[in-house]
Formats: sequence, C-alpha cells, structure tokens
Amino acid sequence: MSEHLSLSRRGLLGTALGAGFVATAGGILLPEGSDAAQTARPRPGGSIRAACMSLSTADTLDPAKGSLSSDYVRHFMLYNCLTELDRAQRAIPSLAQSLTSTDQRVWHIALRKGVIFHDGKSLTSADVVYSLRRHKDPATGSKLAAIAEQFESIRADGPLGVVLELSGPNADLPVMLAQSHFAIVPNGEKRFTSGNGTGPYRLAAFTPGVRTVGKRNADYWKPGKPHLDEIEIIGIPDEVSRVNALLSGDVHMVLAVNPRSTRRIAASRRHIVRETPSALYTNLIMRQDQLPTSNIHFVLGMKYLMDRQLIKRALFRNYATIANDHPIPPFHPYFRKDLPQTVMDLDKARWHFQRSGIGQTRLPIFASPAAEGSVDMASIVQEYSARVGLNVAVNRVPADGYWSTHWMKHPLGFGNTNPRPTADLTFSLFYKSDADWNESGWKNPKFDGLLLEARSEGDDARRKQLYGEMQGLVRDHCGVSIPVFISLLDGYDRRLKGWYPVPLGGFMGYGFAEHLWWED
Amino acid sequence: MIAMASLSPDRSKARAKLLRMIAGRIGVAVLTLLLVSLIVFTISALLPGDAAQEALGQSATPAQVEALRHEMGLDRPAYVRFGTWLAALAGGDAGTSLVGNMPVADLIGERLPNSLLLAALTTLVAVPLALTIGIACAVNRGGRLDRALNLATLGMVALPEFLVATLAVLVFSVKLRWLPSIALLPKDAGWGEILLNLAMPIGSLCVVVVAQMARMTRAAVIDQLDRPYVEMALLKGVKPSRIVIGHVLPNAIGPIVNACALSLSYLLGGAIIVETIFNYPGLASLMVNAVTSRDMPLLQACAMIFCTVYLLLMLIADVTAILANPRLRNA
Repeated sequence: MSEHLSLSRRGLLGTALGAGFVATAGGILLPEGSDAAQTARPRPGGSIRAACMSLSTADTLDPAKGSLSSDYVRHFMLYNCLTELDRAQRAIPSLAQSLTSTDQRVWHIALRKGVIFHDGKSLTSADVVYSLRRHKDPATGSKLAAIAEQFESIRADGPLGVVLELSGPNADLPVMLAQSHFAIVPNGEKRFTSGNGTGPYRLAAFTPGVRTVGKRNADYWKPGKPHLDEIEIIGIPDEVSRVNALLSGDVHMVLAVNPRSTRRIAASRRHIVRETPSALYTNLIMRQDQLPTSNIHFVLGMKYLMDRQLIKRALFRNYATIANDHPIPPFHPYFRKDLPQTVMDLDKARWHFQRSGIGQTRLPIFASPAAEGSVDMASIVQEYSARVGLNVAVNRVPADGYWSTHWMKHPLGFGNTNPRPTADLTFSLFYKSDADWNESGWKNPKFDGLLLEARSEGDDARRKQLYGEMQGLVRDHCGVSIPVFISLLDGYDRRLKGWYPVPLGGFMGYGFAEHLWWED
Repeated sequence: MIAMASLSPDRSKARAKLLRMIAGRIGVAVLTLLLVSLIVFTISALLPGDAAQEALGQSATPAQVEALRHEMGLDRPAYVRFGTWLAALAGGDAGTSLVGNMPVADLIGERLPNSLLLAALTTLVAVPLALTIGIACAVNRGGRLDRALNLATLGMVALPEFLVATLAVLVFSVKLRWLPSIALLPKDAGWGEILLNLAMPIGSLCVVVVAQMARMTRAAVIDQLDRPYVEMALLKGVKPSRIVIGHVLPNAIGPIVNACALSLSYLLGGAIIVETIFNYPGLASLMVNAVTSRDMPLLQACAMIFCTVYLLLMLIADVTAILANPRLRNA
C-alpha cells in the first residue's frame, strides 16, 4: 500500500511520542546521495506518493486529451509511446523497434515483438494505427490535433509493421511521437476507464480529482523495470500545502515548487530541491495587427526595456536562464551562440519609443496569474516605462478564463508557453505566419520558408544553421519579448534515487515512474 | 416532543397544524431550489468561456472547440439545455458531467459522504463545546471566565480559517510530525485513522463555527436570565444549575438552534478553504472545480445540494423552536 511508508513512520512516531525522536530520525539518515549513489544499482520495492499541481474532475486516462501535469504522469505510468527520449533528448525506439524513412515523409515503423497490454492482449499494428488515427478525429478533442494534421495516412503493413505517410517531410517525427499524447492504446478503446496500456504500472485505482494508484507491472517489457512497487498520484493545487505535505512526509515528491519555498525545503535534511532548466517562458506579446504595438520601433523599444537580470533574480530567485527574445534556450542543441544578447538599454528604448509615435498615450498591459510571473513582470515594465516617458498601466485580470478571454486579444499582454520537444514544434505552433497561436500575429515569409526547409532537412548541421537564422528573425522582428526561461523546481524526499533532469517538465518530464527507486 | 406532549391540550390539532406548516415550508423550499438553479445557470452563463474552451485550455484551436462543443451539446440554446436538465433532474437523473465524462451522481456520490463525514464530526465536537462555552459565559456574566472566553471567541471569529489551518499544519505536521498535513482517507480507513486524518480539518472548522455559536448561545441565555421568572425561581431557592438547565435552556432553545443551524449550514459549502489546505476531497472543492471547468450539470447539482441542506437545517431549526415554544405555534 502506498500508505505504508507514511503510516509506519507515523506509527513509530506515535510510540516514540514527539519531536526528540524526529531529530534522531533525521540524524540517522544518510547524507545527500552523491554521484556514486545516484548511479548505484536500483533496488526494487517501496511505495511512494507523488503530488502534482492539478486536482480536477477533468483528470483523464485518455492520452489524447491529457492537459495537466497529473495527466502526463498517469500516461507515462500506464502507456508507452512508439519512441521515447533519452537523457540528451534524442528519440530512441520504445514500442517501435525501428523508425525509418528515406525522404522524411514516408516512415516505416517496425513494432517490438512480444509486448502485451495489461489485459494480456498482444500489441499489433492495428493498435498503433487506431491510436494515431484518433488524433485526426475532431471529436477526440486531441491536444495534438494540429500536429496530427501532418499524418496523411496511417496504415498497417503486416501484424507488426506500420506505414506513416506525412503530408510533407518532417525529420522530427521520431521526437514528436515520444510525446505522451501519442501513447499507444488498444485498438478500439473509447472509454478509458481501465488505463489498459503497455506501460510500467497497472492501474489499481483512479478517482478523477482525488487519486490514481498504479501497481508495478510484473510483465513489463523493459527488463529490470520499473523499481517501485506502487505509486500513488494525488493533486495538491495549493503550493504551500504541497510543500507542507512534502516536509511533513505525507508525500515523497512534489511538482512545481515556488522559488520562494526553496529555502524551506533546502533547510530540511530529509528533502532536496531539484532544478530542471527548461524552455518554459512567460513572454510579453505585442500584437502586430493592432496599434500602437504593430510599430517595429515600439517592439524594439520594449525589448530594450526588459531588465532580464532583475526578472531572473527578483521574480525567480535565479532559478531561470536569461533569454534573448526567441524561444530556443541556451542548452538546446540548435541554440545560436553568436546571436548578440539584447540587454536593457533605456537610452535605446527611449530613442525607439520616440520614433514609434506613441507619445503619452495610456497603454494598458494585461497580466494574470495564469501566465506565471506576468503580473510582476508587468509591474517592472511599467516602472521602467515611466523612466523613458511611456505611459503603461498594469491591468491585472483573473487566471480563470484568461486563455480564452484575454490571451492574444489585447495589443499588449502576456503569454506562457510550455516547453515543446522540438524547435520545429515551438516555431510551428507559435511563430509560423498561419499558426493558430501565433501570439503576436506577425507574418514573415522568410521565416516560414526557413521553417519548412529545416523540417525536411536530414542533415543536422544544416538544420542547426537554419534554426539559428530563425532565432535571429524572431529576435529582431517578432512582436514578442522573452526575458527569461523559467526553471522547473521539484521537491523530493532524499531517499528517492535515480533522478535526472528532463527539460520538458518537472518530475523528469513527468516520466519518473519507471526510473526512480527507493533507498532507505 | 416532550414539550409538545406536556404543553399542548389538543395534540392532534397541533400536530396537524405543524404538519401543514412543514408541508408549506417544503413547498417554498422546492420553489427556492428552482430559483437557485435558474440563478446559477444564468450567472455561470455570464462567465467567460464554456466547458469546451476550458477543457481544451490554452492550446485550443477554434475547430477543436466547435467539435467538442457539439459533442457536449453546448451548441444548443441555453433555455433548451436548462429545460432538458430540469426535466431529467425531476426524473432523478442529475445528468452527465461535461468534463469528467461520467454521471454527476457518481462524482457527487464519491464526495458527498466525505463532506457529510467532516460536517458531522465537526458538529459533534463544535455544538457541545459551543453550548458549554456560551452557558458558562452567560452564568458568569461579567466575571473573569466570561471575559476570557469572550476574548477567545472574539479572536477566533477574527482569525481567518486559512491562517488557523496553515499554522496548524506548520506546527503539528511539519514541526512535530504528529498529524498528517493532508486529509486523504484511504478507502478502507478505520475510525482511528479517520480521526487522525481529520483532526486538523475538524479543529480549523471548529474555530470558525464554535465562536459564533457560543456568542449567540451566551446572548440567548443572558436574555432569559434577565426575565422575571428566573428571579422568581431564585427567590424561591431553586439551585442555579437547575434554573439554567430546567428553566432557561428550554426557553432559549429557539435562538440557540437557529444560531447552530446557521453556523452548521456553513460546514458543507463553506469548508472550501479547509478542503483546499488539507486537500480533502469534499463537495465544496468539487463545486469550485465545476465552476472553473464550466461543468454546468455538476455545478447545478452541487448548488442544489448546498441549497437543500441549508433549507433543511433552517426547517429543523424552525420546527425545534416551535416545539420548544408553544406561543410560536399560532404565529
């Protein structure tokens, strides 16, 4: 039972009555796992409880629909994708034994033999065809419907072979297929109540908005995995409660720690904060189809106004990476190093604003707790604007309904974008001229051309060069300013071993279930 | 019932009157419920976005939203949706959750027992405590005990429950590690485990309701203590404890039960802050969830339950007051 760890501890505390015992219990714990401990042999056994952020009746076992942290964790527990990402974020085979293509357009997928679903059914090409086709049906409500539009045809080629034809070449397909939304479900599955997948854990209990319990799948196709006997996932939406639950030992790992709470966790000898640098960002959006933000001088003035150091230090307690107004973070393989970093320069900002013709017009800037840090960022922008003679007013709106009512709807506002697995996806979803979430509504034919070229390019060096050019275009012309990339912070019980950062999300990109092990 | 039996000369007539009164109240209650559902429906229609948009979130494309809206039946006019929902409810079917994709009755069936358990346990602790404090204060009016308890209850009323709950967690869970910081009951929990898990939520809720009930009780008892009959009884040499229990309390029961009902009605729906801090899967957080996800069938059902419980408590309070005080029967 997942309760057994916490309960046995509580039972002990009950008999020992009190704080004195706690101190000794803390004292006998081993010091923080060194590198040697991290690479030690995983030990089987143990039950843990992990707390995500969300707690909602919208919790789902349907990979296509998942949209919250706990959904992703569940999906990685119960299902597998055709591919998965290794520590360097490269796609490696998972349920697919191989993925091959000569033109990056027609892909031949060979499935692994002998993989069985939790209900005992063998994995066949029909399951894969069904799982991928679902995303093209609007009634599925797939989060990746936009990406699945590229799937021109998906057909079986024998019991373990699948041919996936794209509408255009895309060298990133193997990486895209590693997203949990594209997890493989049994052919014909519609109800998604049993969580029947091929993943490392079998569903033992699932109550939307309350808890999910997974029990170790003894027939898992990866030898020696997973390690933990049982994982219970709960959601604690309130950050303070979440950290308290970790510190009191009621949960063993928590997602999304606020930078302000890191000191409390660091002060506990039983716990540790783990930082994952990521491509998550909150950006200032300047609509290119509305006045006065469409003026390029205004856009550049704003970019010179951003005090990136202050935002990094004050808002995120240095748990952030300085960004350069484009969405590719410095640790990404395609990051362009020779692109000069924009730094705050009030004189240049003033010069640009004078040429933008905005004058003393009062300009509301929309911020909301929905976009992490945006309210504080807006205040900083307002403060510096005043110094260069710009009249900005902060308009704080509630998080509830922000994305449908405010996001992308005002000349000046904030967005918040989660890391995407490939540069192509980030650019295609948010920067391409006809993208649904082209936040600032900028149109740049040259950028679009480069994007399509890079997608079909098989040569990695050439791709890096193309993506570099795109970064320059976004930085100099696009109506968004990205001051910093926000690091993801998790809190862990120190006895949980085997952790490494995955830039796609906290909890090892939500895929911790098959990697972590428990060491007393 | 004892009061009624001993005080009423014509029992069957009185009972008929009482039943008529209760029937009338129930009729009004049903009307109120209908009105509440209409108001909830209208107000939530004014909220930005709908269930389809909220479900798809930031990453929604217009085509997806349209498709999902159609699947959820949100593209039908509002009055049609309200009508079908009401008709189904009259037939005992609370509908299907738009977001959770399961019957509303199942969702509520999972949470309602939790809320009732928390409310019941809190009532068990809070009511005797409040009555004791209130009576003790009233009897010692102006004395040192009265002033101390007065100060304490005033302080409790003034303290927001999130502060009380958070401090309790910091002390009892994080520092002392005596109590769990989250109240998540296992499926087959025994009473010991339930009490351990719920100790802090019950405590936090008590802080809110005890103070109010105690102060109302004190006022009601003092009001009676000032009456001539108490003085008469005192002069006749009746023991003070007998005066309070035998004479004052039956006369003060009406306002006390009313105060209790008002405070207790808060326990089911108003427990949202406590439910949030202790991550307790109760009905209040389910309703907040329904609001943020624009899950109309679920939201309506929760609103109806809260409203029903409130009306029920009020009815009980009124009936008790009337039973305890025959003069009210002809009112």
